[in-house]
Amino acid sequence: MVLYALIAGVLIGLFYGFAALGLSLAFGVLRVVNIAHGDVIVLGSYLAYELSTQAHINPLFAIPIAVPLAVAIGMVFYRFVAPSLGRSKDPEMLSLILFFGVSQVIEALATIGFSANQDTLLTGPVGNGAVQMFGQSFPNYYPVAAAVAVPGALLVMLYLYRSRLGLATRALMSSRADAMLSGIDVGRTSALSFGIALALAASAGALSIYVNGGVSPSQGADLTTTAFAVVVIGGLGNPAGALAGGLVFGLAEQFAQSYEPNWAGLVPYVLLLAVMLIKPEGLLSRRVRYA
Amino acid sequence: MPERVADASGQRATRAQPWRRRGADLAAVLVPTALFALARTVDSNMLLLVTIMVYVVLAQGVNVIYGFTGYLPFGYAGFFGAGAYGTYIAVASLGAGAVEATVLGGVVAVLVAVVLIPLLRLRGAYFAIASLAAALALASLVSNPALTSVTNGPYGADLSKVYSANGSYWMAVAIVAVAMLAVVVLRRSRLGLQLRAVRADQVSASYAGVNVVAARTGAWLLSALLAGLAGGVYAWSISVFYPTAVFDTTISLFAIVFALFGGVGTVLGPVVGAVVLYYVYNAIGVSDPQYFQLIFGVVIVIIALFLPGGLAAVLVGARRRLALRGGDVR
Repeated sequence: MVLYALIAGVLIGLFYGFAALGLSLAFGVLRVVNIAHGDVIVLGSYLAYELSTQAHINPLFAIPIAVPLAVAIGMVFYRFVAPSLGRSKDPEMLSLILFFGVSQVIEALATIGFSANQDTLLTGPVGNGAVQMFGQSFPNYYPVAAAVAVPGALLVMLYLYRSRLGLATRALMSSRADAMLSGIDVGRTSALSFGIALALAASAGALSIYVNGGVSPSQGADLTTTAFAVVVIGGLGNPAGALAGGLVFGLAEQFAQSYEPNWAGLVPYVLLLAVMLIKPEGLLSRRVRYA
Repeated sequence: MPERVADASGQRATRAQPWRRRGADLAAVLVPTALFALARTVDSNMLLLVTIMVYVVLAQGVNVIYGFTGYLPFGYAGFFGAGAYGTYIAVASLGAGAVEATVLGGVVAVLVAVVLIPLLRLRGAYFAIASLAAALALASLVSNPALTSVTNGPYGADLSKVYSANGSYWMAVAIVAVAMLAVVVLRRSRLGLQLRAVRADQVSASYAGVNVVAARTGAWLLSALLAGLAGGVYAWSISVFYPTAVFDTTISLFAIVFALFGGVGTVLGPVVGAVVLYYVYNAIGVSDPQYFQLIFGVVIVIIALFLPGGLAAVLVGARRRLALRGGDVR
């Protein structure tokens, strides 16, 4: 049982980290709290569902379709709301309310488009079999989720640490004013970061439909809370921390489900509260908290 | 109407007319209370009226904590649920009467708020999400099968032995009066002034001798009390309910949007917001919740982007422009 919880916790934890990466990026770069993050994941799940049931192609193809779409929508949307956010005395609070509204709109549109019921994909991402690892049997989407999450996160890290735009993005994270003074196009870099953040959320949706046993419009709020918990554990505004936070979260969840299934539902909330109150800058971060 | 909003917002009240200010304050408490007391002669759907009153109180509670301190409680439903379950436990386990039980519901919510005082150390998004996590944890605790002997776990609470449509209606009217009085007194009191000072500039306020922590804690407990009383009277009027219904995040959502729509920091804004939007919800939201949610979401986006002060700011702005024009003529 220890071994099962350990492996499942790591595999699912990597997925959680990947699913939360966009939230962390958006906060780090833009100081924007995207409450609609979970709803974008839901949209990604619906795309995967439609591809699989209507077009009969592998649901993971949702990822290459969703990424350019989400980047484009994110960039346009950011350009649309940036003036209002810039005028506000408290942009972080305003973004909270704004994206709260956006999440309601997405959930409503998803309900209108796909009905309020839960939709489940019956075919797995690579067939329906189980996978044997270290003498334990797992559903095959566990390793698939991890196998998508790790390269996905690596690509984001490569972008941030090995590209010129990534350098500009990191400059924005540490100081918006200094970045502007050194000639960085703040508007364009911010818009692109927001687009990438949405693309990450939508990509995670193609996996979430398996990990969460299906997709429904009302799932968004729970997914946002989970992503927020993961990001806070790892340190808000620190993309690398999100992955570590995901591992902590995944392990805690899997161990709780194995040993105390009655109380397992409490784990994410208690973990989130404990980290916020004891070490609000994140378990794995040395950065100072801004909020 | 715009005149009262302007007076109640304190913009135009001057030292020279204390009687006018007091009259406006008194009217702000008595008029909504009287209208709700009389509403049952116009609309016979008493449960609907009680629900609207419950949301008026909740919107005022959000007004107290968000309007005066800037803390946005996404988990506000936690206090509502605590009040509902406090009332249930008082009736089922302690054998209390319905009125006492409703008051006890408010007390239970305050106790929960006392436990959660450390959350006030967090700011902005951290506080908003932490309060949501606390509310979800509380909901998960209350509905846990292991606590069936106290809360009846996920199987729901039954208050039908104290059911009284008239009793709960008048209790709701009384709680509306309490909420209106609380906001009016808070605006005029030293605490209200301190809170506005803290909101404007925390550091300067503390240099000026304001106990920032104590002032915020006061607003937090008051806002919890209002939500607890609302939860208690809701439990009494609906009689049978499940944990998922009274801890529903939608309750927080409605309360926050009603308050924002009307205008936080004002006395009457949240009342107008709750009555108008809940009637809209009742007209289209019950049969087609997704279309209502769509409108709701668009309203929130518009408020966030274009109308940070809510309806009250629009009215006050219009009145100012009118007054200016009048001055030109003279």
